[in-house]
Amino acid sequence: MFIINCPYCGEREQSEFKAGGEAHIVRPKQPTELSDDQWAEYLFMRKNIKGIQFERWVHTHGCRKWFNVVRDTSNDVIEAVYKMGEKPPTK
Amino acid sequence: MTKNLRVKTTKLIDETYKISFKFNGTTYYGYKGDTLASALLANDIHLVGRSFKYHRPRGIMTAGSEEPNAIVQLHNNTSLTEPNVRATEIEIYEGLEASSQNCWPSVNFDIGGINNFLSPVLPAGFYYKTFMWPASFWEKYEYFIRKSAGLGKSPTKPDPDIYEHRYIHCDVLVVGAGISGIMAAKTAAKNGFKTLLVDEKSYLGGSTIYQNSENFKINNQTSNSWLEKEINEIKKFENLEIKIRTSVAAFHGYNFLLARENLTDHLPVEQRKNKTRHRLLKIRAKKVIMATGSLERPLIFDNNDRPGILLSSAIEKYANLFGVMCGEKNVLFTNNDSAYETAISLFKKGINIEAIIDNREEIDSKLIQETEKNNIKIYKGYTVVNTAGYKRINKISIMQLSKDGQKVLGSKISISCDCLGISGGWTPAVHLFTQSGGKLKFRDEDQVFIPDKYPSDQISIGSCNGDFTLNEILSNVPNSLRKFLNIKKTDYENLEVHSSFNKSKRNIWLLPSDKVIGKTKPFVDYQNDATAKDIKLALREGFRSIEHVKRYTTTGMGTDQGKLGNMHALGIISETAGSKMGELGTTTFRPPYTPLTFGTIVGRNVGEYFDIFRKTPMHDWHVQNKAEFENVGQWKRAWYYPQNGESMHDAVQRESKAARDSAGILDASTLGKIDIQGTDASEFLNRVYTNAWSKLSIGKCRYGLMLNEDGMVYDDGVTTRLGENHYIMTTTTGGAATVLGKLEDYLQTEWPELDVYLTSVTDHYATVSVCGPNSKKIVSQVIPDLDFSDENFPHMSFKNAKIGKIKCRVMRISFTGEHSYEINVQANYGKSVWEKCMEAGKEFNITPYGTETMHLLRAEKGFIIVGQDTDATMTPIDLQMDWIVSKKKYDFIGKRSLYRSDTIREDRKQLVGLLTENPDDVLEEGAQIVGDMNKSPVEMLGHVTSSYYSPNLRKSIALGVVKGGKNMMGQKLIIPMESKQINVTVADPVFLDKENKRLNA
Ligand SMILES: [Zn+2]
Repeated sequence: MFIINCPYCGEREQSEFKAGGEAHIVRPKQPTELSDDQWAEYLFMRKNIKGIQFERWVHTHGCRKWFNVVRDTSNDVIEAVYKMGEKPPTK
Repeated sequence: MTKNLRVKTTKLIDETYKISFKFNGTTYYGYKGDTLASALLANDIHLVGRSFKYHRPRGIMTAGSEEPNAIVQLHNNTSLTEPNVRATEIEIYEGLEASSQNCWPSVNFDIGGINNFLSPVLPAGFYYKTFMWPASFWEKYEYFIRKSAGLGKSPTKPDPDIYEHRYIHCDVLVVGAGISGIMAAKTAAKNGFKTLLVDEKSYLGGSTIYQNSENFKINNQTSNSWLEKEINEIKKFENLEIKIRTSVAAFHGYNFLLARENLTDHLPVEQRKNKTRHRLLKIRAKKVIMATGSLERPLIFDNNDRPGILLSSAIEKYANLFGVMCGEKNVLFTNNDSAYETAISLFKKGINIEAIIDNREEIDSKLIQETEKNNIKIYKGYTVVNTAGYKRINKISIMQLSKDGQKVLGSKISISCDCLGISGGWTPAVHLFTQSGGKLKFRDEDQVFIPDKYPSDQISIGSCNGDFTLNEILSNVPNSLRKFLNIKKTDYENLEVHSSFNKSKRNIWLLPSDKVIGKTKPFVDYQNDATAKDIKLALREGFRSIEHVKRYTTTGMGTDQGKLGNMHALGIISETAGSKMGELGTTTFRPPYTPLTFGTIVGRNVGEYFDIFRKTPMHDWHVQNKAEFENVGQWKRAWYYPQNGESMHDAVQRESKAARDSAGILDASTLGKIDIQGTDASEFLNRVYTNAWSKLSIGKCRYGLMLNEDGMVYDDGVTTRLGENHYIMTTTTGGAATVLGKLEDYLQTEWPELDVYLTSVTDHYATVSVCGPNSKKIVSQVIPDLDFSDENFPHMSFKNAKIGKIKCRVMRISFTGEHSYEINVQANYGKSVWEKCMEAGKEFNITPYGTETMHLLRAEKGFIIVGQDTDATMTPIDLQMDWIVSKKKYDFIGKRSLYRSDTIREDRKQLVGLLTENPDDVLEEGAQIVGDMNKSPVEMLGHVTSSYYSPNLRKSIALGVVKGGKNMMGQKLIIPMESKQINVTVADPVFLDKENKRLNA
């Protein structure tokens, strides 16, 4: 069980959080303009990387805020944590 | 009584405190401090169990948690019973009753022993190969396997003991209290770290604590007396917590460890009352120091599993620590110096040693010289090729080893003995290290895996790090500690160490024999009866991956996870396959390191504390009125209220009829309630519901359907506009938490520009729902100040009101199709408002109804229940609810998905009503729906989702989903059941009052 540094509350146990899948997938502003394929790309396609992954987490049993986490899925080391709307860190 | 095999008194054993215990029904005696194993050995008992597959007699093999053979059942046939307890770990107490496992009728005469003679037909993969065919026979095979195999019996009565969980946060956790662990704990504590030291044994000091020999000295004191002083010193630190009988079960990422603290298992049963038995420690350590020591390796040769064959270090421990001799005619068999340490210990205690067999040819060390001085015969360059003795070893045969160690030469020599100690060198106990994600490296010189890459802030020190000798430990441990704890110096910088141990070793994974391997039984995994022969067979059959060989041969898959033999399995695989050790990798050690009882894992979460449950403010009233309850999410909801021994069916029929004929009352407090405020609240609802919300006027209610982005129905409920920028949304009972979470997600991540605030108020309000033709008369008595006329208070509207001084929100909404009101009050007034309604409704026979009746009433009206009539594959169009999907709105969650090529298919499963040919036939929910029984294979068109006998319509009604059902109105379909076929007709899902006359009445 890892420890996540919530950008609003600080370090807490993983059990207080919920994962929300890949980060930086933006809901299309005009879904009706999209083809089935384009919509499916948004709806279904997600990365599942062994290594550095950008993902969304929410502090469910805490401040209930969503934020982004950069996690190495091979060893669960969390490289960075940043708020929604902030630019992802570059190496 | 038989022989007395006690030798000199030791510090651990209190000979003034005699303890009686039973083993297989016979009473024996031991002393305080004994383990069951040491007490049995003192009574000359080696045979304690039978092996898993061949039912071979097996004896005590080790003196620790790595024991593969001596596992027993405690207190058989009582609620205290526990299987698979290692005799080498359990401390004896007055009243202990243990029995052998895996044998029937008794350990001395075991019917399964015939498997031993059948063993040529029981090779590796036997179970896979034989019992796979024919598949229809599996049930018979399973019965046979379960009866004759199995490790112990699980308890059949509830566990009477108390368990608990505790969180511990510390700066430094030290695992293992041998010499390295003691040094680490003292250094950490002395430097101000909040330190926790744990050890699975009942004493501190590991194996050094009984290393009482002139051959091992620190600062001119014997190593054990030096360590004793260190132990006395660490007990003084206030920032150091020491826990004995505490074994670490799991080492997870981020230095999170689970350990079991055993508090009462060593106490007499009557002293355990009201005490916690085990405590599961959840440890979060900033730094972890692993000092878990090492395990002695056995040697792999023909018939190396007889009772009386022990690890050489175990024989030494039984003699030095417990004062027990394992045999009177001892032989030691070794490939390294460790056995000589044992020999010298035994000699000093006056225990007879017949001979030592050493694989090595040219050897010389102080230990060997001393052994020879004591006139103990050493066979150098020899190996054991066979052993004899069925229930106890009585003879070994030895032969000379060839130069390359691959063959045996010359003639056989027989040596009679009653105990054989074997030593194949040492394996670092890296199990927990690898659990944490640590990577190992292989050290060629002594053929061991040692820690290489640490995944967290941790180190391994001492023999678990491959430092096996006293010199190595005392020179390397202080260095490691200085670096790891970032300190200038330790107390151990300039110690004078004297150790006679010579590291030379002749490693041969599988010792050669004069017989072909097919005729031998060299056991690698004792508990699972896997032999070197099985491993070679697996390789011949094409298995290469170590994980596959493991599963095929079951090597390492017992309760001991193959702690003794895994290295040999790897060695044999690499030799046979011609690959280098270290390149094969190792199998994965999984938690727990040693087995945990379920009680320890669940702690206090048993019985009514198993899972939390939620009660409505009216719960006590339901209990007093004999309601049966149903679990909905975590809620306990009144299910139905049986009267005078009524069946569920009868109660539900009565309740349903009363609700439509006069008045019913339902506790609807569990529905999720979300308070929505903000200048963009209307826009927000427009985006999350399928229908339009902007034009809903203040004081009105509207039913809404919420989709997932994939277009599938997610939740539904009625939302009321309380003010210009203020709504109260209701959700399904089970969906409340996830709906709130989803709405928050969109607000925070997709639409942060919206001015909307969400608050969960589910627990803040109690909701009383009164329905039926007389509902208006009842509520107007309860709230006399409110104008209930249809003009002032029509269906789908809302009023603020007061009951006395209590503020309430009244909605005229309906889930039953009846004229109906919901009164929401602050939760703590819920019960009194409920009782007021009951009082006012008395003259109208107001009938409390539960969830079952609610479901029946809504089914009569064709109202869906999300999660019952839908799964995550139903769009609103599939539900024939096109009317609720706005055509005008540009976007809402899930809109685009409603015209994907898949969602517009005509032949999707669609919700329809089903009427049975015989109105008394009630369908089973979940039953399959078929069109043509003659088609092969029979095509399943859908299934029944809701089904009831309607007392108001006097017939069976059902909802179901059917492929293309929308266009099948009036068509006949079949529900095939086990005993008959039921014919049904597809119908409109609204069975009652399609014109909504009752609602508006
Ligand atoms: Zn937080």
